[in-house]
Amino acid sequence: MSESTVTPPVSASPAKVSKVTEAVIRFAGNSQDGIQAIGGFLARLAGRSEQEVMTFMTIPSTISGGPSIFQVRIGSGEVLSAGDEADMLVAFYQHSYEDHIHSVRKGGIVLYDSDHVQVKPEWESEYRHVAVPISSRTIEAIGGTAKDKGKNLFTLGLVAKMFDLNLPKLERLITERFTGKDESVVKNAMMAFNAGYGFSLGNLFETFQFVESQKRDGHQVVMNGNEAMAYGLIAAGIRFGAAYPITPWSDIMELLRRELPKYGGTFVQCEDEIASISMAIGASWAGRVAVTGSSGPGISLKTEALGWAVMAEVPLVVCDIQRGGPSTGMPTSVEQSDLNIAVYGGHGDSPRVVLAPTSVEDCFYTAIEAVNIARKYSTPVVIISDQAIATRIEAFTEPNMEKVCQDISPDLTPVADYKPYPLNAPDGISPRIAPGTRIMSGKYPIATGLEHDEMGHPTGSPKLHTQMTARRRKKLQKLGSELPVPKIYGPPEGNILLVGWGSTEGPIREAVDRARAAGDSVSSVHIRHISPLPPGLENIFAGFNNVFVVEMNDEGLYGYGQLCGLLRARYCDPKIRGLTKTDGLTFRVREILDRAKANVAEGLRKM
Amino acid sequence: MSETIVQAPARGNITAVPAIELPGAERKPITKKDISADHPTWCPGCGDFSVLALYFKLMEKRKMLHEKITTIAGIGCSSRFPYFVQAHGAHYIHGRSLPFSSGVSLTRPDLHVFVFGGDGDAFSIGGNHVNHTARKNIKMTYVIMDNWVYGLTKKQTSPTSPLGFKSKTDTWGAMDQPINPMKQLISAGATFVARATHTNPNHLLQMMEAAMDHDGFSVIECLSECVEFYEGAFDSSNPRKGGKFELVPATHDVTDENAAYALAAAPFPGHFGIFYKNNRPTKNANEAKINAAAMAKVAGKKDWEILQATFNRLK
Repeated sequence: MSESTVTPPVSASPAKVSKVTEAVIRFAGNSQDGIQAIGGFLARLAGRSEQEVMTFMTIPSTISGGPSIFQVRIGSGEVLSAGDEADMLVAFYQHSYEDHIHSVRKGGIVLYDSDHVQVKPEWESEYRHVAVPISSRTIEAIGGTAKDKGKNLFTLGLVAKMFDLNLPKLERLITERFTGKDESVVKNAMMAFNAGYGFSLGNLFETFQFVESQKRDGHQVVMNGNEAMAYGLIAAGIRFGAAYPITPWSDIMELLRRELPKYGGTFVQCEDEIASISMAIGASWAGRVAVTGSSGPGISLKTEALGWAVMAEVPLVVCDIQRGGPSTGMPTSVEQSDLNIAVYGGHGDSPRVVLAPTSVEDCFYTAIEAVNIARKYSTPVVIISDQAIATRIEAFTEPNMEKVCQDISPDLTPVADYKPYPLNAPDGISPRIAPGTRIMSGKYPIATGLEHDEMGHPTGSPKLHTQMTARRRKKLQKLGSELPVPKIYGPPEGNILLVGWGSTEGPIREAVDRARAAGDSVSSVHIRHISPLPPGLENIFAGFNNVFVVEMNDEGLYGYGQLCGLLRARYCDPKIRGLTKTDGLTFRVREILDRAKANVAEGLRKM
Repeated sequence: MSETIVQAPARGNITAVPAIELPGAERKPITKKDISADHPTWCPGCGDFSVLALYFKLMEKRKMLHEKITTIAGIGCSSRFPYFVQAHGAHYIHGRSLPFSSGVSLTRPDLHVFVFGGDGDAFSIGGNHVNHTARKNIKMTYVIMDNWVYGLTKKQTSPTSPLGFKSKTDTWGAMDQPINPMKQLISAGATFVARATHTNPNHLLQMMEAAMDHDGFSVIECLSECVEFYEGAFDSSNPRKGGKFELVPATHDVTDENAAYALAAAPFPGHFGIFYKNNRPTKNANEAKINAAAMAKVAGKKDWEILQATFNRLK
């Protein structure tokens, strides 16, 4: 906890109140304990209190049971990552206590369920232990046959008391959450919460208060990355999608299945991944860009069809919510190892667009950008998000809905004449018309995966294959030339440049802040457009002695992560080096800094 | 935060024609000339010519609006079909024409969706898509041109090749039990299942018309001889002098699934005609119903207002 002021004096009673700017709290239990719900309430409360919030969770890939954690970082200032070290651990079981106590900073608080946890004496001097009989008090509070169901709300009450959280707002959130359920559910939830809030922590303990956060513009909305992407797709005008369930992509299809009918749209659960992308391509060809999505293994299955969309120049949006791979890999862990398949996956020369959102908010806007690029350039666009961004909750400024929402219904006005693949199209970009459009010349186009002439009819002509391949490439080169130059975080010249993509933006920026505060010369740049790459990167790289590409994937056979390999191939700059890891966990700020420094130390030897 | 960088004009510089379009009834009906495109690349004598000719006849007879016709296919000799039809069309990847066409059908109720393919597309690489398109009952017409052999790749065993058929991949004769297309389609839940042959054009046209008029997933298995790699495969199905094609008996109840299944068990040449038909609601209709109910709740709201209301609950 960053403490700005401490309020003395330490008298016997009431307890000491400390002002803090932020707090990192980790809840550890089992997956059925509802700890995600506690985190959800806290995140939403932070959003409503104009505070910044970021969460981090792990869930076991087993169906029921298994250890699970939820970490929430709430701050009055900018929150960039879920936090390296927790200020407080709430441990429900012995395993939660033993497995997670080392995530707490020395001197931090360990609040444990004394019905389940035996304190280890050797840790008592390092952490401030607070015993609360969470299970038995919950049972006592609710009574009946509920057992300890509701201990998450009891715990929420405890936390609310300790951090002096806004009680009316929390009560309203709890009521809203259970509205529509049986009245006894709301009643029990409130009873558990109040019991926790009213539990006396004794005189020994201090409580905390967040300092007022700066007034922010507009309202904040609170959601996770998958929700933001799904709503972004709706805002972009997507009204049809098809997919097959797979973790962690499924939330998006569930949400779209539920929401699209309100807009007259449909989402179809298909028999497999290939059918899903095919159905989406069919719908796109029929006139309105459609979406499919998956996670690693499913993306592999979609690649043949993706190649067809490249060849036939049919717009399409494919979301890849990356998880640990290869194969079934680590379904509920994070990894950024699908960059290569997103950029290169498929046979033949099949260039496509690849975008990587950097935050929950960016998931919303990237979805819109993907749809617009797909339409303008008649190309498939792959959005590579990942498990961390998909499941973490952030608060962000509410979009101007009227402005961002767009209508992309097909225009079926008759046309005089039409060529789907014109060789003389400026920059190779050929707009599309939908079936149902009358063509007065009487010549109708065929969309095809065979190499073709300007009307889409098959050809074996060496000249045409060369020309058509160039067209499909050139339009994306054109897009690349028009992309904005990425902004450098920190000064444009220095010793170390950290290059990142996707969900690592927060921890990397925090690493930059921390390094600069310590007097080190570190900046960063985050790349949202993976393929084509934006212009100007070579100039950015030129300003630094060391360029480290920070990514959650393996260093590969030659020592470079996947984006790093792409950048080295593109810029032929030997100072671009990898900083990778494959433990299935998000980067911690300290990890990035320590690794970067070590790399510099051994630098020249490896160059 | 991130600015959306690309504004997408839907049709760029394509010349739009002022909306002087005449209503369908006043337009000159399409002719075979209007809708025939490239000369088919099929071998002389191929059964597929017959299917193409009858497709043209169907378009003419039913006075279809040119731009509303969509012809979709997968991969195979028969799947070259869309290139020979002068209309909006798509030549998709091997085995996946049905999910592609489902995407078209579910989003564009104004279009006629016709899908053509062979036995490899339907019963081998795309086998599971047949099952699920049938189960979902997505409105479209699917003509499977069954020649019992892989022709495009020059004589390998197909899923409908009879036992003992000697191909390049089974030089000693096919040993795997062939698929019975009628049984497969009926048990998958197709709501219109018919069998025809390229040698009986009037009957094939009748079947195509009935399939087109069926509100649901309508499938015709059409025997279509490959003169190059399986000549004479269907000879025994063609009547000898003065004889007749073996049609589905007039007494057959097309709504009786068990009767249809029994009919499908008859040894080759079996019967031609409609084996099975029912009027189960289509997925198109079911989804439309869900949408009508969902949209009624937000009636009068613009799309952005609906999304705004959702975001209001996320504060």
